[in-house]
Amino acid sequence: MSYQLENTQRGEKYTTIFSKVTPAQRRNRNARSRWRANCLLGLYLILMILPIYWLINMSLQTNSEILGSMTLWPQNLTFDNYIGIFTNSSWYMGYVNSMLYVAMNMLITICVALPAAYAFSRFTFIGDKHLFFWLLTNLMAPPAVFLLPYFQLYYSVGLFDTHIAVALAHCLFNIPLAIWILEGFMSSVPKEIDETAYIDGYSFPRFFVKIFIPMIRSGIGVTLFFLFMFSWVELLLARTLTATNAQPIGMIMTRTSTASGIDWGTLAAAGVLTIIPGILVVYFVRNHIAKGFALGRT
Amino acid sequence: MNNKVPNNRAWLLVLPMLVLVAFSAIIPLMTVVNYSVQDVLGPNARFFTGTEWFESMLNDSALQAAFLRQISFSLIILAIQIPLGIGIALIMPKRGWQASAVLILITLPLLIPWNVVGSIWQIFTRGDIGLMGWGLRELGVDYNITRNAGDAWVTIVLMDVWHWTPLVAMLCYSGLRSIPEAYYQAARIDRASKWAVFRYIQLPKLTNVLVIAVLLRFMHSFMIYAEPFVLTGGGPGSATTFLSQSLTTMAVGQQDLGPSAAFSLIYFLVILLVSWVFYTTIMHMQKDKHPHGGA
Repeated sequence: MSYQLENTQRGEKYTTIFSKVTPAQRRNRNARSRWRANCLLGLYLILMILPIYWLINMSLQTNSEILGSMTLWPQNLTFDNYIGIFTNSSWYMGYVNSMLYVAMNMLITICVALPAAYAFSRFTFIGDKHLFFWLLTNLMAPPAVFLLPYFQLYYSVGLFDTHIAVALAHCLFNIPLAIWILEGFMSSVPKEIDETAYIDGYSFPRFFVKIFIPMIRSGIGVTLFFLFMFSWVELLLARTLTATNAQPIGMIMTRTSTASGIDWGTLAAAGVLTIIPGILVVYFVRNHIAKGFALGRT
Repeated sequence: MNNKVPNNRAWLLVLPMLVLVAFSAIIPLMTVVNYSVQDVLGPNARFFTGTEWFESMLNDSALQAAFLRQISFSLIILAIQIPLGIGIALIMPKRGWQASAVLILITLPLLIPWNVVGSIWQIFTRGDIGLMGWGLRELGVDYNITRNAGDAWVTIVLMDVWHWTPLVAMLCYSGLRSIPEAYYQAARIDRASKWAVFRYIQLPKLTNVLVIAVLLRFMHSFMIYAEPFVLTGGGPGSATTFLSQSLTTMAVGQQDLGPSAAFSLIYFLVILLVSWVFYTTIMHMQKDKHPHGGA
């Protein structure tokens, strides 16, 4: 009889007396299946990176090289496309505008979402379930539905073409999302902590700021990551609510296509620059992100 | 998380949020409802039309076609992304610097602005300057997304899989990480096969995150706009025109306020219905887990 231990990821620690397979053999088999998994993962990652690599590749070429011949890497490395963007204020202001409204949105959202999420995680109140469902429906609302009314609403209150208009508009889906994630994180903090703090004489605001918020630090970090992500990638609303002063970079990029053709090099360079903030943000939250993706509910 | 305290003063904590969301959600929605039952000809010339717009929208064959396209698109990408995402999550390294590196790489497509995703794929698939378009042509495949509807479809599905599978993978990965090591030890003692471990330990633990994944993916794919708009512009013909694009063309391009408002409401109601089904499912699952409460 052969007692084979399949699925022994770290099997050597749990050798049973029945096992006829030597630890060395088992390690060998583990190594082989691990190697196969790594190959598959590597293949996926390469396929995933390829389109991005192509974008970077093109951003480092001149337009004549892009259109002239098929080159798998830049033959005459040039940074002119990037220099062009960084020296033209109408280009780099697009990035400033996008960053500004994303930051404003993150600040507004987290300020109102923290108390609301606390209320949902700790109390029941009249209409709480309906309210929560209504919030979720806003998360599902297609921006296209709100396009025209938004334009008219913000125009009539004089906020059209300001950063705050886009920040407020993005609250539509970011506040529900933030509450959803934060509620999950807050619910995993035992209620006894709140009660102990009140017995110790903490008032609610002091308890909330001094004790509770530090306890869900990682949850807040992950929430901010998601808020950044969804506000940074959205274009439809941002484009509709702005004209010249607060125009997002995504809109300015359409300027590369003119009557004389498309300025591929600049388009690619601008695209690469929109990816960089995302990489920075994900680097900062990399250790908490796995829990955050389950919206705090694992 | 169980035994929540009944306390109506909690409304005070919710109030600031409520004011903000109401400003961005209720006022615009009321405007839409208002338009949907009127025929607006000018600032002072508007007529009440009742349900006329709704009827004409529901009978519009172009919109019905867009709706069917939208449904099939959502179902196709779900059928690809969910299994693929689970598979990737299973083979992702669990610890060490490799885990961090893979995590950052995999999340990358999620953080690219949606129109840039369209641009990336536009560049990538062009026959003259794109690696994929050029490569397929060199291999003798007649690939052209601006002329061939099938190619356009395949490319858009491929783009969406590239763009959003990471979300499913990350959700599953976080679900897998929450499985206690003791479960795997028990499985080893029982000499469970790999498949049995997946079927009886990993999959049940994943149902929670999978429902979230299906919900998020369904609704995002249902309102997809920027990526196909940049990549194909809805063409060739109207082969890749999805609902959001039909709506924006009607509302912004042609300024047909009444019909587009009616269309908006129907569109929103469909999404609402689906999300209600998911919401009740999630809530039921939480109730099963915590018999005495849950949100």
